[in-house]
Amino acid sequence: MKKRIVVVGNGMVGHKFIDNLVNHADADQYKVITFSEEPRLAYDRVQLSKYFSGSTAEDLALTNADYYNEKSVEFILKDKVIDLDFDNKEVITASGRREGYDKLILATGSFPFVPPIPGNNGEHCLVYRTIEDLEAITNSAKQSKVGVVVGGGLLGLEAAAALKAAGLETHVVEFAPRLMAVQLDEGGGKLLRRKIEAIGVKVHTQKATNEIVAGTELRYRMNFADGSHLETDMILFSAGIRPQDELARKCGIQLGERGGIVVDNNCQTNIDNVYAIGECALWNNRIYGLVAPGYQMAKVAVSHITGGSDQFMGADMSTKLKLLGVDVASIGDAHGTTPGSLSYTYSNDVDEVYKRMIVSADNKKLLGAVLVGDVEAYGTLQQMCVNGMDLPEDPNCLILPNVEGGSGMAIGVDALPEAAMICSCYDVSKGAICCSVQNGARTMGDIKALTKASTGCGGCTALTKQVMDSELKKLGVEVSNHICEHFPHSRQELADIVRIKQIKTFDELLDGHGHGLGCDICKPAVGSILAAFWNEYVLDKKHIGLQDTNDIFLGNMQKDGTYSIVPRVAGGEITPDKLIVLGQVAKQYKLYTKITGGQRIDLFGAQLHQLPAIWKVLVEAGFETGHAYGKSLRTVKSCVGSTWCRYGVLDSVGMAITLENRYKGVRAPHKIKFGVSGCTRECAEAQSKDFGVIATETGWSLYVCGNGGMRPRHADLFATGLDDVTLIKYIDRVMMFYIRTGDRLQRTSVWLENMEGGLDYLKKVVIDDKLSICAELEAQMAYNISQYQCEWKTTVENDELQKRFKHFINTDATDSNLAYVVEREQIRPATALERNNTNIQFVELVD
Amino acid sequence: MSEKPWISVCEFDDLIPDTGVCALVNNQQVAIFRSRRLNEIFAVSNYDPIGEANVLSRGIIGSIGDEVVVASPLYKEHYNLRTGECLEKPEYNVAVYPVRIDDGLVQVQA
Ligand code: SRM
Ligand SMILES: Cc1cc2nc3c(=O)[nH]c(=O)nc-3n(C[C@H](O)[C@H](O)[C@H](O)COP(=O)(O)OP(=O)(O)OC[C@H]3O[C@@H](n4cnc5c(N)ncnc54)[C@H](O)[C@@H]3O)c2cc1C
Ligand code: SF4
Ligand code: FES
Repeated sequence: MKKRIVVVGNGMVGHKFIDNLVNHADADQYKVITFSEEPRLAYDRVQLSKYFSGSTAEDLALTNADYYNEKSVEFILKDKVIDLDFDNKEVITASGRREGYDKLILATGSFPFVPPIPGNNGEHCLVYRTIEDLEAITNSAKQSKVGVVVGGGLLGLEAAAALKAAGLETHVVEFAPRLMAVQLDEGGGKLLRRKIEAIGVKVHTQKATNEIVAGTELRYRMNFADGSHLETDMILFSAGIRPQDELARKCGIQLGERGGIVVDNNCQTNIDNVYAIGECALWNNRIYGLVAPGYQMAKVAVSHITGGSDQFMGADMSTKLKLLGVDVASIGDAHGTTPGSLSYTYSNDVDEVYKRMIVSADNKKLLGAVLVGDVEAYGTLQQMCVNGMDLPEDPNCLILPNVEGGSGMAIGVDALPEAAMICSCYDVSKGAICCSVQNGARTMGDIKALTKASTGCGGCTALTKQVMDSELKKLGVEVSNHICEHFPHSRQELADIVRIKQIKTFDELLDGHGHGLGCDICKPAVGSILAAFWNEYVLDKKHIGLQDTNDIFLGNMQKDGTYSIVPRVAGGEITPDKLIVLGQVAKQYKLYTKITGGQRIDLFGAQLHQLPAIWKVLVEAGFETGHAYGKSLRTVKSCVGSTWCRYGVLDSVGMAITLENRYKGVRAPHKIKFGVSGCTRECAEAQSKDFGVIATETGWSLYVCGNGGMRPRHADLFATGLDDVTLIKYIDRVMMFYIRTGDRLQRTSVWLENMEGGLDYLKKVVIDDKLSICAELEAQMAYNISQYQCEWKTTVENDELQKRFKHFINTDATDSNLAYVVEREQIRPATALERNNTNIQFVELVD
Repeated sequence: MSEKPWISVCEFDDLIPDTGVCALVNNQQVAIFRSRRLNEIFAVSNYDPIGEANVLSRGIIGSIGDEVVVASPLYKEHYNLRTGECLEKPEYNVAVYPVRIDDGLVQVQA
């Protein structure tokens, strides 16, 4: 008969245990039954916060009913195990169910600790542990303006991020004198606090809450021991976790002094055939509040049950996270509690970086570290620490910023032992990654699929990739940066070929250097390279087939196949007459009109055949194309500057217009945006742009390689005190260097981040002319600028070119699939539901 | 079943190499592409079943492995120009129409 294995709790660790067991070679000897108090099977609690950014319960699921059915795992949801009968070897549930076991696994996890404060049970007093908790938080946030998180630890800050993202004024109330007291030392906590406050989360440390009462302005009022108080609409308790040991306590299983089910190295409790794993288990008087140690316990328990010899010997508690956008890492003995230990500290208030290393008394081994603001060294330090590797000759170099660029100090993955744990979420060693490379893995995607490494918290991604790349190199496999299957070259190589061989067409390049027909990856990329160097009319017959969706008809395609029209409004400055023309055109063609995020006006819903007629009017009124479709200069955002603003130091509008007119039409690997602010108040948000220019008393400051969008990045200060001529010279050089060396669809931010030597190197190239190419870069830019033409002007002046702008080649009919309704006095595309509703009157289209 | 008639839609020279046009044939929108390298023309439905809009004629054509494809301009799925099958999501496909050049004219059966 099969042995019955009952698993109480189907959380992350309970599931891991089951998954390991049912995939074990002897799986068929066991029958698994699992109970969960929650209404769903195991999900990824570590990624719980993603629920707020759109992940669904399904996305977070670690398993599903089909999988359990396939593996014959019996699961009972929403039924709590409330009693254990050791004599009859049975578990008893709240619903009265009894289930016999041969081996019993307690994987009951932990619960959030809610401090015993009077008034802590209000309707909007919540915790952060399950999907249901998150649903309650979302609901409460909708009815709240201000939120308080009680607890400034790791989870508390994650919760604060969620409240902040929900648009609430967010406060963190912490009892201890600093944030993340468990992981960080004083210096680290201080800097973290400063950074978090800078993004608008208010931090209150050393506050003990005495009571929660009804508020006068907001829903609640928290009264603190020091006499102060705080009003809020909702309260999230995140004051630590407690092992869920209620069941064990009731049944007399041995617990630790402060709770937790005591287990030995086999994860066995003091009762025969009963194991405890995960956050409910206390090993060596320690609870592990992280998932990786829990997974190791799951592995050990499976091993013990199936006759293996794995032992749990403790786990590394190092963590690296991004909290509220701040990079934080803690490794090993972060507080330096080891007797005789010494420390190295690097603290930089200007760049907001704090790093501290704890080393052994003999200065030979790394014991721990705290990193805030710059965690690049995490991989190196963590591996050095857990593997007991010797410190380098001068340990300083591990935390000091590299003056000479490059990460010369990285230990290099080759130095790591095979057994080094690379991904602690999924327990993947360096050896396992190398092994999957030997078995054919070639990309990070392959590695993830084969080993699961880097699919958990993501903290190990860089290290995993380094291990993979190094192994690939050893196998003699070239790490491919080919743009696509048609060219065995990177974008940069193609750009060099085009420039040096003076290639003018895609066909020429494909004939000489590629094969096949090309595709939607290489064609637009080459189109952009050709345009970047020769700047010919992009709709010339020989280039037309290369243009991406938007460029091919010089407008941005909308969801229904119509286009938007974005004329250039350099620097955001526009005359009343021109505004009127835009209004008239929009009215005539019934276009939806909107101010864009780039200080200009977008007209939506133009049909293909209408584009030339509309642009004819616009061109006649003095407008030019805004290249909203191009991988090229988009907008130069300006603030009003010294001409009007009482604080303005220099003419920011004038400079913005000069820059926009200088670089308009210049094609690049990706779009380029500028901002010019007239003083350091920075109303043009220049530091979030590819090129940011800010006026100061001593001249212009130039910032480079900022980004908004999906992964915002502040631009780096490149040079200060510049006059107009030098400013433009530097921008010319940086931009052309980017055009030459950037990867396909790589914004300047990522380009700089990937540049060996980083900002310092870029400065050397551009300011010191280290590569002696500056004259060439400037000449190239000058040529490019001299070739500028407004593509729409060229198009509307040539009847032949307009022929393509027709929906049908054989009739003047138009696309019958378009349907619009009116909303807020303008048109918008009808929804699928509206389309199927025969009662709806659609807007009559203009021919 | 009687064969559908060949309908002339434009002159061969109206097709700019390596681009597409759309023709209205028997009330159906047909996307027609010309590959210069293959010296061949292709005709498929103009309707992108994933983006749900009549846009395929405005996509980029090329090859993936041995297949000749067009990439939808909306969300960039690839459709095989010979079979109509969507490479990324084989559960979707577009109609393929017979197309030929006759005396300098592009003709379609649809
Ligand atoms: C119209 C506009 C939104 C609006 O209604 O305000 C807009 C609309 C689009 N944006 Fe944007 N973005 C607009 C300002 C922005 C801004 C704000 C800004 O420029 O100050 C940003 C963040 C700043 C930045 O780029 O760093 C922005 C970040 C993006 C991104 C993310 C880029 C990134 O590096 O992460 C994309 C996607 C991409 O380019 O791959 C994108 C892509 C798009 C596309 C092209 C999506 C598409 O392929 O259809 C949209 C084209 C709509 C159209 O038909 O015009 N849009 N987009 C804004 C046009 C500004 C203009 O006048 O040209
Ligand atoms: C917001 C958040 C972020 C986190 N981030 C990280 C991170 O970045 N890195 C990291 O390593 N860890 C992180 N953790 C911790 C990690 O989620 C836990 O370590 C892990 O979930 C522990 O797994 P477990 O199976 O022991 O407990 P759980 O996942 O809590 O599972 C226990 C399950 O048992 C059920 N249960 C309890 N008692 C009974 C009973 N009597 N009968 C039936 N069912 C019962 C519970 O309802 C629960 O479903 C985070 C946790 C949270 C909440
Ligand atoms: S944010 Fe998204 S939806 Fe809005 S305009 Fe930009 S791309 Fe379109
Ligand atoms: S360490 Fe978390 S994903 Fe690898």
